[in-house]
Amino acid sequence: MIDHDILIIGAGLAGLRAALAAKENGVDVAVVSKVHPVRSHSNAAQGGINAALTDRGDDWRDHAYDTIKGSDFLGDQDAIEIMCKEAGTEVISMENMGAIFNRDEDGKLGTRNFGGQRQARTFFVADFTGQALLHVLYEQILKAGTRIYEEWFVLSLIVKSGKCCGAVMMDIKTGKIEVVRAKAVILATGGLGRVFEPSTNALICTGDGMSLAYRAGASLMDMEMVQYHPTTIKGSGVLLSEAARGEGAYLLNSENDRFMLKYAPEFKELASRDVVSRCEQTEIDEGRGIDGCVLLDLRHLGEKFISERLSQIRELAMDFANVDMVKEPVPVMPGMHYQMGGVKADINGETGLPGLYAAGEVACVSVHGGNRLGANSLLDTLVFGKRSGMHASDMVKAIQHTNIGDSEAKNDIENINKLLSNDIGESFGQVRMDMGKGMKTHLGVYRDQSSMEKALTLVENIKNRTGEVYVSDKTKTFNTNLLFSIELGFMAECAEAIAFSAIERKESRGAHTRTDMPNRDDANWLKHILFTKKDATHEISYKDVVITDWTPVERKY
Amino acid sequence: MEVKLKIRRYDPESTDMVAHYQEFALQMDDAATVLDGLIQIREQVDGTLSLRCSCRAAICGSCAMKINGEAGLACNTKIIDVMPINGSPITIEPAGNMPVIKDLIVDFQSFWTKIKAVEPWLQPESKQPVAEYIAPEEDMIHLAGVVSCILCGACVSDCTVMEVDENFLGPAALAKAYRFTRDPRDASDDKRLSVLNEYGGVWDCTRCMKCVEVCPKGVDPMSRIMMLRERVMENGHNNTNGARHANAFFDSVKHSGWLDELKLPIKSFGIFNIKAMLGLIPLGIRAQLAGKRPPIFHKSIPGAKNVRKIFEKVENK
Repeated sequence: MIDHDILIIGAGLAGLRAALAAKENGVDVAVVSKVHPVRSHSNAAQGGINAALTDRGDDWRDHAYDTIKGSDFLGDQDAIEIMCKEAGTEVISMENMGAIFNRDEDGKLGTRNFGGQRQARTFFVADFTGQALLHVLYEQILKAGTRIYEEWFVLSLIVKSGKCCGAVMMDIKTGKIEVVRAKAVILATGGLGRVFEPSTNALICTGDGMSLAYRAGASLMDMEMVQYHPTTIKGSGVLLSEAARGEGAYLLNSENDRFMLKYAPEFKELASRDVVSRCEQTEIDEGRGIDGCVLLDLRHLGEKFISERLSQIRELAMDFANVDMVKEPVPVMPGMHYQMGGVKADINGETGLPGLYAAGEVACVSVHGGNRLGANSLLDTLVFGKRSGMHASDMVKAIQHTNIGDSEAKNDIENINKLLSNDIGESFGQVRMDMGKGMKTHLGVYRDQSSMEKALTLVENIKNRTGEVYVSDKTKTFNTNLLFSIELGFMAECAEAIAFSAIERKESRGAHTRTDMPNRDDANWLKHILFTKKDATHEISYKDVVITDWTPVERKY
Repeated sequence: MEVKLKIRRYDPESTDMVAHYQEFALQMDDAATVLDGLIQIREQVDGTLSLRCSCRAAICGSCAMKINGEAGLACNTKIIDVMPINGSPITIEPAGNMPVIKDLIVDFQSFWTKIKAVEPWLQPESKQPVAEYIAPEEDMIHLAGVVSCILCGACVSDCTVMEVDENFLGPAALAKAYRFTRDPRDASDDKRLSVLNEYGGVWDCTRCMKCVEVCPKGVDPMSRIMMLRERVMENGHNNTNGARHANAFFDSVKHSGWLDELKLPIKSFGIFNIKAMLGLIPLGIRAQLAGKRPPIFHKSIPGAKNVRKIFEKVENK
């Protein structure tokens, strides 16, 4: 058994930021990640990070309102206020640690426009902001000498007397299983994109943290709120950053018409993502698409500008769509991108299960509500990663370890042995593909009662199949076949939470758009949906949205 | 299209512990990448195939491996681009210069140790600004070309020096080091450059260009190493074989218009370096026997004056 004051699960931006904060606060912290930290999915954030800096004439209140409006008034306003107030400090501190950021003429941090915002307040490093920030935090973690268990996989959380007090994890390289005792556990495992097919998300985004927390008794919140990004490449689902539209790209339909002018006269292509994705889908559904796509046109921006600021997405379009965006428009479509919902957490990352924290995409604070604004996700990871790390490190100073031992690994060992003993069955790949395609079909940009009922049938079917998959690799060393089969169980649980939460919400709000109930219903549904484990099944409950200064109004872009 | 992949397999738990090649035939889309092929194998054909991969979009750096003998990312390599014309299979092997753990998975420990060895974190002056550091946009754009390194290890895999000298820091770590020496906010240039001047540092590169060829992100590690050499010498570190070699090369061409190959090694090692001088004797004998000994009396070429003028013009620029 290993002891640490704090165990952080996940080494993306949220996890590493939490680790730095906790370490600075003088406690013994360790980070565990199923991949090396620099392989984490924070890498994939391309466009930038939002902050309203007062010396640029911006105001955090404006940022907060844009975020609240973007969330379709489902975001908790107290949490959004905190995120927007602390944004400037976080961005500056990343710069001071070494992030390069593009500059303005005076050598200060430069900004670009992003969707759903009235001000250019997105700070950026070309079109690989997430990667640049992740590498800087990794550098700081190296400098601080923080213990990292890289390529270790967390199998379960340990809960004793209603308190989370550690985790069971496996060394992927050797198959060795260890119990880690911790006074606090911070989940920073990211999202669940692979529940859908296709998705912009990396193959590692399998909802591990959401499922671990759910099994441990914490609540999942707003799981129906799944973001479809407006500009993804057909087939692979690879993302082309919103930065393209932020820098001036147009969206065109098959008639060469900039259709967003009609739907969102003020914000045009830079309306919030749920809005743009719906408009694209409508154009496609009404026959003005091209092979299920619309066109993203950057030609007027010119080669020099594109190669300086959008070089990575230019390469992506060449590699995955066979199109040079300098010369031709790129076919794009809405694609699953982000989970606004997640483990219910408060402004300090506390989940309601004592000892368990959550930050970043795995958490739902909720700062994104029904729809996240572009470039608010990096901000979310840093602000709430840091706050979780600080709060947890204060908390652990006053408490002792719980009395547990190596026997806590017993269930996980049994589960693994059971999986390995299956001699016949489907491969995890088949089950995941069926789940992913079904989830995309039934819980897409547009939903209705009948599609969501099909989703419920699907998740039931998937759940029954997950325990029976055939693991053909029986070895201990880097048994990825076994890992994927365990992840499949995590994903199936996330899919279930999404489907049940979606059918529960009887209105259209943010990313949850029902064609059979097209209107937002503030009288009945200005509330979060909580999905919690109860015995062998689950229960649904509600939590009112926190409103501080901004009364919900009709949303127009 | 029909695609054949020949994959190097290795299972450390097998009884014989010997690597072998296994061939797979797949039906793939024309637009498919090598990674698509490998994923199809592990999901539908043989679940025991192990590899690292994650983002599928050339940003996480997980899937560097050898494709037809040369390192690259499986995720941004299209099958159609690497399919041999003669119908033979595409060969897939683990990245080089690192021990294989299983199938296409290699142990990156030495890679991370070397990254850490260059102290890859900003070391500014102790006084922090109240807001951001002021820095020119051109500098940041220049740095972005190196910061875009995804630490995939393709350059290390195919580095011809690391193949024979484990001590070499290698292209990835040196590019990372370069990034800090060129950051206007970093204040520990002197310290960094004197470390990079040591054995295993900037002088061990043979300029074979391999890292430039295989880098999937256009980081151009070798040029960064060359720029580091210049910085190291500008910083007064002239007492290495490498620096003396560069200076001797420069002086010879400047004064005679061409290279004095006889003096070059003598000046590089230093004439009082008895051990190195003795070491040169067998080489001299072999050159003599092969009729390739450079002339003992080095004469200037016609027009050497003009060459000198070019040098002077560049130096005064």
